Amino acid sequence: MSEDLMSKKIWIVTQHRDGKLHRMSREAIAAGQQLAQALGASAEAVILGSGIDGLAAEIAGYDLAAVHTADHAALADYTPGGYVSALAPALAAARPDFVVFPHTYQSVDYVPLLAQRVDAGLLPEVTSFENGDDGLVFTRPVLAGKMVSRVRVRGEGTVLLSVQSGAFSADSAATGSAPVAALGLGEVTADREILGVEEVAEDQVDLSKADVIVAVGRGIGGADKMAPARELAELLGAEIGASRPVIDSDWLPRDRQIGSSGQTVAPKLYIAIGISGAIQHLVGMKGSSVVVAINKDPKAPIFNVSDYGIVGDLHEVLPELNAKIRELKQAG
Amino acid sequence: MRIAVCIKQVPDTEARLRLRKDGRWVDEEDLPFVINESDEYALEEALTLAEKTGGEVVVLSLGPARVKEALRKALALGAQRAVHLQDEAFEGGDAPATARALHAALSRESFDLVLTGSQSDDNGYGATASVLAGLLGWPHAWLVMGVELEEGGASLKVVREMESGMNEIVRIATPAVIEVQAGINHPRYASLKGIMQAKRKPQEVLTAADLGLDPAVVGAAGSRLEVVSVAFPSTGAGAQMIEGDAATAARVLVEKLRNEARVL
Ligand SMILES: Cc1cc2nc3c(=O)[nH]c(=O)nc-3n(C[C@H](O)[C@H](O)[C@H](O)COP(=O)(O)OP(=O)(O)OC[C@H]3O[C@@H](n4cnc5c(N)ncnc54)[C@H](O)[C@@H]3O)c2cc1C
Repeated sequence: MSEDLMSKKIWIVTQHRDGKLHRMSREAIAAGQQLAQALGASAEAVILGSGIDGLAAEIAGYDLAAVHTADHAALADYTPGGYVSALAPALAAARPDFVVFPHTYQSVDYVPLLAQRVDAGLLPEVTSFENGDDGLVFTRPVLAGKMVSRVRVRGEGTVLLSVQSGAFSADSAATGSAPVAALGLGEVTADREILGVEEVAEDQVDLSKADVIVAVGRGIGGADKMAPARELAELLGAEIGASRPVIDSDWLPRDRQIGSSGQTVAPKLYIAIGISGAIQHLVGMKGSSVVVAINKDPKAPIFNVSDYGIVGDLHEVLPELNAKIRELKQAG
Repeated sequence: MRIAVCIKQVPDTEARLRLRKDGRWVDEEDLPFVINESDEYALEEALTLAEKTGGEVVVLSLGPARVKEALRKALALGAQRAVHLQDEAFEGGDAPATARALHAALSRESFDLVLTGSQSDDNGYGATASVLAGLLGWPHAWLVMGVELEEGGASLKVVREMESGMNEIVRIATPAVIEVQAGINHPRYASLKGIMQAKRKPQEVLTAADLGLDPAVVGAAGSRLEVVSVAFPSTGAGAQMIEGDAATAARVLVEKLRNEARVL
């Protein structure tokens, strides 16, 4: 076998929308570069779309062996069928060891289908990797972030891997100058007709500007148990926010949801009450300056991103907290 | 319309977790299990669609004996039949391995739709049903917040969640695989009558041999992923944990927020 066929190869598939690279594309590039370094592999990036020369040039500014473009009218709008029909023949021909994707709503939609099409392994939501005594081991969250799983890949052939938001720093992506070349494309077929885009909730409340947020989770226990949290919010002049299950259960309206499918907030003070701290919630509030968590489970992952934590029953802690803050206000 | 719903039984999110002896998963002894949250929404969506079209809902689950309880609940909620993929060989599969088993079971009959939740609350691959769609050769959509039948069921108008508070509306052909996101509807509660009727509804058990499946392509043996270990993340890293009873903790917190963090 020639040297080239022997050498390991990492591909990185980037994502973009409205002419801009998705923030996590840069994180995926950083992850791909680091994986390439650990394995002594080369890193190459891919971009799919229509009229993407500018974006390809931007990606070529990173330290990569190549940037491959899949430029086709049928890729103007993302569809899983389009993306898979463009990528599958390219992967089958190039046989990269790993293909790194940002773990986004878009990639989760089509990457499993791609894995099936090219008979690749599938490793979603990687947060780190280490090439150590156990071989190449990846970590990923399980049980909604309550535990971390260390996994190894076995068998032969390509593995499609996605990296979790924020796990690899975009700033650590090495810059350089990569050649850009078009991928050979076969038939590209969309399998969805895009009818439109709409806002989930016309944001009546813009939580992104709030200085203080009192956020409640499923642990609050019901719409009828909200009073102490509301009182705390009132005392602090705070907005009420919530995790997704609170909204799904109709305990609060959709425009109060914080997280990957809700609003992104960055208050000076964020008080998380009965929220476990799943990644989809954390991505929406990790920009907060000071985070307080009240949770009865000492192992709740929310404590990992908190400055202050109280382990206890929120129904006992909240009234006490409200009383203390009232005292403080009265003392002036 | 004939609808299959694939549900998974997962540890209750409220459950206290302990490590299993081999350190590769949580100890399932005495662990309370529930139907995966987004799967409950998928089941409700299936029941509603079937009621509208006069169709049938078949519920499938892969897992050990305890899964029967989840299937019984689905029957009590209104599913007509249950299929339990129960075989040691199915256990410990990654998304493609589990999808292969489900595919074999689904291929024995003809369905117009397969509904599942978007993501399981245990392994959280969010991938099994999309691989299944590939195996079936059907279109699919992940993170679905709305389903509307069009042209008498020949196509579907699907609302798909995107990031940052936007939804995408797309049309896909049937048969299709729909991966439902939590919050799409309001799951019903089982009625006493439903619970009684469930006892008489057919429940079928299928093994790898029943499905003509080589045990090497399903479960842990058929998986590219191998779990080395699981662990609790280093909790409280950076957080000051405030001790004491509720009153003490509240007082100390207020002091710290005022004097240390200076946010009060
Ligand atoms: C694609 C996708 C997008 C998502 N988008 C979002 C999003 O935008 N925002 C979001 O929040 N989630 C989102 N989720 C859901 C997310 O994965 C979690 O399921 C959710 O954040 C959990 O909410 P929770 O912490 O309130 O509930 P749980 O995880 O059930 O946690 C409840 C917590 O309350 C504690 N508790 C219970 N009772 C008490 C008590 N009496 N006193 C003190 N503590 C108590 C428990 O110990 C537990 O930690 C998304 C999921 C997916 C798959």
